[in-house]
Amino acid sequence: MLNLDWSFYDWAVIGPFVLKGLQFSVLLTVVATLGGIAFGTVLALMRLSGRKWLELPATVYVNGMRSIPLVMVILWFFLLVPFVIGRPIGAELSAVITFIAFEAAYFSEIVRAGIQSIPRGQVMAGHALGLTYAQNMRYVILPQAFRNMLPVFLTQTIILFQDTSLVYAIGAYDMLKGFEVAGKNYGRPIEAYLAAAVVYFVICYSLSALVKRLHGRIAIIR
Amino acid sequence: MQWDWQVFCEDTITREVQPRCFGPGGDITYVEWMLSAWGWTVSVSVLALLLALLTGSVVGTLRTLPSSPWVVRLGNAWVELFRNIPLLVQIFLWYHVIPALVPALKGVPGFVLVVIALGLFTSARIAEQVKSGIQSLPRGQRYAALALGLTTAQAYRYVLLPMAFRIIIPPLTSETMNIFKNSSVAFAVSVAELTMFAMQAQEETSRGIEIYLAVTGLYIVSAFAINRLMAFIERRVRVPGFIAAAGGAGGH
Repeated sequence: MLNLDWSFYDWAVIGPFVLKGLQFSVLLTVVATLGGIAFGTVLALMRLSGRKWLELPATVYVNGMRSIPLVMVILWFFLLVPFVIGRPIGAELSAVITFIAFEAAYFSEIVRAGIQSIPRGQVMAGHALGLTYAQNMRYVILPQAFRNMLPVFLTQTIILFQDTSLVYAIGAYDMLKGFEVAGKNYGRPIEAYLAAAVVYFVICYSLSALVKRLHGRIAIIR
Repeated sequence: MQWDWQVFCEDTITREVQPRCFGPGGDITYVEWMLSAWGWTVSVSVLALLLALLTGSVVGTLRTLPSSPWVVRLGNAWVELFRNIPLLVQIFLWYHVIPALVPALKGVPGFVLVVIALGLFTSARIAEQVKSGIQSLPRGQRYAALALGLTTAQAYRYVLLPMAFRIIIPPLTSETMNIFKNSSVAFAVSVAELTMFAMQAQEETSRGIEIYLAVTGLYIVSAFAINRLMAFIERRVRVPGFIAAAGGAGGH
């Protein structure tokens, strides 16, 4: 089209910038997914515990996180974490902490729906066999719930990968930043943003196609 | 630490505390700046929501048309395109790339471009919900409408869409709340909305915690107001005997 400089699209030139950023984007996605699922499961169990003093803080945390824009949460943590621990931390570490805390709220809602979708009979059968609450969760409920939730987890992970671009707010070096820096260095910002859009699209589209295929294969046969 | 809420009554230029918290004449205080930023957040969100509802409904409806595979494919492509690129990247595309490639869009203010970006981004999600709303109706409804002699357009207008939109009010509620939250991404292209205010005022005053608390409060108030408004609409348009299905758990 009009006056795009195609010579910008030389992998040998922009590769290092993009790969450095992609590395962090992927790391952030993986760590936030795993951490978010772990912390989110705890939150979900608190909300389903039937004990007011556990339910209330978890509910406030989850609903609070879910009603604030992610960018604001990123800014909050970037402001507060150094304040709490008493020394400055880098944008990257701050982003990792933020994403675990933020995504936990979303994952906890998925886990809660997953646990609630397990038929009551399974829970009661576990109790009838003499399993403790923890054993029942560990061996009967969570394995089935997680299996049901896997496609939703993966879809959420794709959204999470897209959201990692928002670390722009605190200047962390993610893939988008990599493209931006490359574009600035070579005076080709327009080409850089276009390339970023294409790369994000290819990654997210292939992942969601994969999830769609998985969805059909993983369903529990009842 | 010490709270300093007086910062909101400070003049943004002279940094003097104004006795009535609002600047005299043309000067503005931080609280005035924040309220105007809230206005920008609301304007961006409401306009983007209108655009998203309009395009999302059209695309979503087209995707359920029987016997027009190419229209359906085009609709699917629309959804995949806007759903698989991060919002921030889409905003950059509309703000930096498209005006450079399309000379006619050169003088368009950033606010409008952000509304388009956010609106089209959300239209993909709304199209998905409209489609599943229509598909959740019993097939007999479509057949009955056609058997009565309605054209396809009439069947959609009088039978399918009125029911489908009622069914998808709960997911549309969360999408409306999402659009308010997502409007915060406009900070990246310097639209003077709440998040932009938070970042700049934090830098200028170093009273980040007070500023962030107020901004977060305004976001929560906005989300709560939408929630109540949509619940009111849902009650008003309810068809006796039908209970709306609940939305999913994921998403942002």
